[in-house]
Amino acid sequence: MSAPSVLYDQPGPRAKQRNIIYTVLFVAVLAGVLWWALDLMNDAGQLEWVKWEPFFADGTTWTTYLLPGLQATAIAAGLAMVIALPIGAFFGIARMSDHRAVRAPAGIVVEFFRAVPVLLLMVFANEAYALFTDIERDVRPLYAVVTGLVLYNASVLAEVVRAGILALPKGQTEAALAVGMRKGQLMTNVLLPQSVTAMLPAIVSQLVVIVKDTALGGAILGYAELLNESGAANSNAGGTSTIAQLTAVAIVYIIVNAALTWLASWLERRMRRSKKSTGAVVGGGMVEEQAPGMHLTGGRSGESGSA
Amino acid sequence: MFDFLDPQEYDLLGAFWVTVQLTVYSAIGSLIWGTILVGMRVSPVPMMRGFASAYITLVRNTPLTVIIVACSLVLKDTLGFTIAGETVEDQNFWLAILGFVAYTSTFVCESLRAGINTVPVGQAEAARALGLGFNQVLGIVVLPQAFRSVVAPLSSVLIALTKNTTVASAIGVAEAAWLMKEMTENESDAILLVFAIFALGFVVLTLPTGLLLGWVSRKVAVKR
Repeated sequence: MSAPSVLYDQPGPRAKQRNIIYTVLFVAVLAGVLWWALDLMNDAGQLEWVKWEPFFADGTTWTTYLLPGLQATAIAAGLAMVIALPIGAFFGIARMSDHRAVRAPAGIVVEFFRAVPVLLLMVFANEAYALFTDIERDVRPLYAVVTGLVLYNASVLAEVVRAGILALPKGQTEAALAVGMRKGQLMTNVLLPQSVTAMLPAIVSQLVVIVKDTALGGAILGYAELLNESGAANSNAGGTSTIAQLTAVAIVYIIVNAALTWLASWLERRMRRSKKSTGAVVGGGMVEEQAPGMHLTGGRSGESGSA
Repeated sequence: MFDFLDPQEYDLLGAFWVTVQLTVYSAIGSLIWGTILVGMRVSPVPMMRGFASAYITLVRNTPLTVIIVACSLVLKDTLGFTIAGETVEDQNFWLAILGFVAYTSTFVCESLRAGINTVPVGQAEAARALGLGFNQVLGIVVLPQAFRSVVAPLSSVLIALTKNTTVASAIGVAEAAWLMKEMTENESDAILLVFAIFALGFVVLTLPTGLLLGWVSRKVAVKR
């Protein structure tokens, strides 16, 4: 039987005993922390069922606040992704142009919006819409949240598109050029359709980032998404169920995001196995690791997808 | 047009200084807690492995905003737990750092784990053949090499952290995004300029970090 890890030997009798001691010590520490937390909660009267009941046993809290909030989260995230994708594809392709006059400005735009925090974009969009447009007051936060998310995520997706196209085998380009296609045809008929499937895992992973960022719009701009609505539900229940409120919200986010992450890795595994496609995949790891300026120094690019 | 830049009215440099402080303290904390987490993640004790992977799954999938808000509303307001500071602003500053460390350390841990995988198997095998235990294999052979190969991913995490510190404005920490919100509301005739200044501030903070650490990562990378 081989060792379970290269970092340590197959445990013998003494190692097994030692591991048991470590386990006991570790559980004791965890239990201590848990006890301390429960003690604090008990002192604050947060262990009473009355505090938890509105969020864990009362269906009306869910139907009045949390589910509409989740819907608003899904609307903002969905809109942001649907709008950001074509913009991102445009800038991603523009960055690969043969013409410097196209490549350079596209690169500056992408790098700029990746360097600016998404919250700044949201706050600015909110004020700009208030001053320069006649968008109704009650839908303005949605517009601002989606604008901020689109500007940031389009620039991230631009890099994903670029990586997706670069990940395709060179033979695809050569074959298309050999049969006499123009550069535009090569992109729209050969490279882009294939790269879309290759990018799918990265796009789903990016959706997780977008869903998490919508909470920012709730906290700062007052957009009525899940976190914001749960606050309203807490106030409605007397305002003393903060722990139950944030626990319930965190559980919903974790379920949604874990499902999306699982979907992304399932797609990635499936594509790596698939014999029909070129086998090129842009993995979900790519979107987490992006940072402005990094690729300028050759620190990382495309290959991170295989991690 | 630039009269709102009066330092008496808006403390622009002070706000960015708070952003830098948040970033630096959180980065140090995340590096330490992230290293401990990765140690547990690959350890021979199943309980520790389970705890680390559960922690990472739960914290990574929770929005940072929820974590930061929870640090202030749950820890401070409901349970009366604070780390340091006399005033409410100071307490929120340190609680925000606690939240950033809890969140960012999961990304540090995952980067480091990828780095451990880049260390050739022979290194760990040779170390075990010499009779080193798990702590020695990880601490003096594998992790030092892993760190050298993950400077680039870690600097991406650092840059993401710099941008994430703006979330602290959700609990009223007077950092750059908080000041920008106030300024866009009060100086409505110059919001484009206000936005440009703050955006430039973040470009100035993040771009050199990326360039410098990109260069460092190539310098220290283990040549194989």
